[in-house]
Amino acid sequence: MAKPMEQYKWHELNVGCVIDEPGNASEYMTGDWRTMKPVWNNEKCVKCGMCWLFCPDAAIYITEDGYYTSNLYYCKGCGICAKECKPGAIKMVEDER
Amino acid sequence: MRQKGIQLYTDHPEEEFVAPGHRSCQGCAEILALRLALKIFGRDTILVMATGCMEIVSSPLPFTSWRLPWIHVAFENAGAVASGVESAIRILMDKGRIPRKDIHVVAIAGDGGTSDIGFQSLSGALERGHKFTYICLDNEAYMNTGIQRSSSTPFGAMTTTSPPGKRSIGQSTWKKDMPKIVAGHNVPYVATACPSYPFDLFSKVKKARMTDGPSYLHILSVCPTGWRIPTDLAIEYGRLAVRTGVFPLYEVENGKYKITYSPEPLKPVSEYIKGQGRFRHLKDEDIEKIQERITADWENLKALASISNR
Amino acid sequence: MKKGVEVSVAAALAVQLARAEVISAYPITPQTHIVEYLSELVANGELEAVYINVESEHSAMSACCGAAAAGARTFTSSSAQGLELMHEMLYVVSGLRLPVVMTTVNRALSSPLSIWGDHADVMAARDTGWIMLFCENGQEVVDSLIMAYRIGEDRRVLLPVMVNVDGFSLSHVIEPIEFPSQEEVDRFLPPYQPLFSLHPDRPVTMGAYGMPEIYSEAKYAQETAIINSKDIVKEVFDDFANRFGRRYNLVETYNTEDADFVFVALGSIGENIKSAIEELKKEGKKAGLVQLRLYRPFPWKELIDVLKDKKRIAVTERAAPGGALNGPLYTEIATLLYNNGISTKMENYILGLGGRDVMPETFIDIYKGVAREVSEVPTKEKNFMFIGVRG
Repeated sequence: MAKPMEQYKWHELNVGCVIDEPGNASEYMTGDWRTMKPVWNNEKCVKCGMCWLFCPDAAIYITEDGYYTSNLYYCKGCGICAKECKPGAIKMVEDER
Repeated sequence: MRQKGIQLYTDHPEEEFVAPGHRSCQGCAEILALRLALKIFGRDTILVMATGCMEIVSSPLPFTSWRLPWIHVAFENAGAVASGVESAIRILMDKGRIPRKDIHVVAIAGDGGTSDIGFQSLSGALERGHKFTYICLDNEAYMNTGIQRSSSTPFGAMTTTSPPGKRSIGQSTWKKDMPKIVAGHNVPYVATACPSYPFDLFSKVKKARMTDGPSYLHILSVCPTGWRIPTDLAIEYGRLAVRTGVFPLYEVENGKYKITYSPEPLKPVSEYIKGQGRFRHLKDEDIEKIQERITADWENLKALASISNR
Repeated sequence: MKKGVEVSVAAALAVQLARAEVISAYPITPQTHIVEYLSELVANGELEAVYINVESEHSAMSACCGAAAAGARTFTSSSAQGLELMHEMLYVVSGLRLPVVMTTVNRALSSPLSIWGDHADVMAARDTGWIMLFCENGQEVVDSLIMAYRIGEDRRVLLPVMVNVDGFSLSHVIEPIEFPSQEEVDRFLPPYQPLFSLHPDRPVTMGAYGMPEIYSEAKYAQETAIINSKDIVKEVFDDFANRFGRRYNLVETYNTEDADFVFVALGSIGENIKSAIEELKKEGKKAGLVQLRLYRPFPWKELIDVLKDKKRIAVTERAAPGGALNGPLYTEIATLLYNNGISTKMENYILGLGGRDVMPETFIDIYKGVAREVSEVPTKEKNFMFIGVRG
């Protein structure tokens, strides 16, 4: 696993600074950029998946029972999911962390 | 279990080739466009990316958001680098040095990297007929360096280098028509798309992927930061751009124009312009001028499409 | 058996022997003969390669960069303005550690426009992180190109290599040249096996950006690689000598053993200096010549060995200083001597600009201390001398 950049010694970098761990940026937390977070009301949810489709951060995933929820490690709180939810099942609420 | 009828949406590959944890701004429709497009391109893809927002949010050494082979070289040469990658893959397979496989090369650049600094390199790659797809992610300015105007910035828009003032309306020139310029190269497939219309986008990406020769996708990528709109409105503004005729969805297949989604009757352009901070300074007569131009452009496009159908 | 061929054609034949896989170039005089001949070889099926007709030199180097990143053996060639246009890419290719090989057919830079030879182009690119070789004759061009791939692709090196060929005075002359057989070259130079390459089976990210926390480490790694590449260059020269019988040295010397006076030069001008040295010999005067075959990494130890006992050193350069204290080669050698506590008298001669012929007599005049640029010296504060300028 990649270390934080300031811990790298010069000889620990790959030749040409090639990164050979695909997608290792997924360790990076973008959830702390957020001020608002989406909350689902599954009673209104029709499981259409539009929220999943439109999430720029790939932070929404499908749960075992077919509903959707957000991965708060990544969710930046943009609010697109709530805006695009036709049945109005998603609400943005203040994130008190 | 998913409900029938709506299942369509999630039938598309659920694999994410852009890993979450990328550092794009909140509500960025540009990374969304890529996220969706890559679901269609799939695993056997090599990405060549110009310098720009998407490059900078995804690759701070030693981290990468890419789960596909990816190379960034410079700002102005995505077309040329992709030509090199495509040629290398082809000759290595021909010589039997690597196993034969259907690998697709996709070059990606912003509007500056496409319509300004990367214009020549793109033109060369198209003219030479390499089998690759070039995607222009058009957010209508140099957003990465702090919202400077490009030749793709629309008339009247405020950017940090086209500020409105006593002697300036903001951007004083009309948006360069990249898709038509590319179509002028007589490449087999050119299309415009927008992530606000994901299924239109999916089908165009699929066509681009299947094209035997160069294909070009011009994707309007709403930028809440640069357009000065709330972060939750990126999808909505993409939709408005299409419905007002500002950004029509069409394709040019072997020289034939086809409008893939007709928004007629067009909504007034003011519905798109009002509410965007970058157009806040425009007066009604300015918007009128833009309306005239947009209407005329739309009629021209319809004429092209109808000639193609004859 | 030797064949009489134009040196440019010989260069193309060397690239064919090296089995380059992707060639990408843009026309510019005087390098065009090389790529014209290569495109013919590809068109006739005599070289299994893709020839990309790009729309600029910037794209030529960009295409080579992409092709090398995907694991192909690549070649390009340029001159003067073309090399300047791809300047940005020279840094990127060395930073990405891609073993692209190119010939620079050296030519003067505009303005005024000149298609003729000098070293202004390569001097502007000297610190781009490329390994740089200089050639004096056609045989050296062929051998250097074959060795360039071996050097650059060595896993301990992985750096681009530039082979410098003087425009017209070398590139366009017909010389008797010996070509090794394809089998011999294949044994000396196996196919390129990249450490990393762009392929879906093993996705890698190339060209990530470096924050201040990591950029210095990246550059240090690159610097270490080019400095250490000197040993591998030597190793390849030795192996080449053992297999093909032609020995090359990082620094070539001519008549230096018992001479107190030496010329230092790059490239084909050495031939005229050698003639001058022979003339001086007839008069009982001793002069020697020191030529840098390897210019980057700078072969400082080898240079010190030859220069340390000399009484007078004349550095000749085919590039104007452009406001610098001296020409670039002089500056570097002066630094080298100073760092080693040697205070030999040094002279800096700027000559042969824009294709101007420099005859052996000029070097005899330099030796005798009577060479002049103009009848009256127009600028007093100057540490170099432009040779042969009319006043």
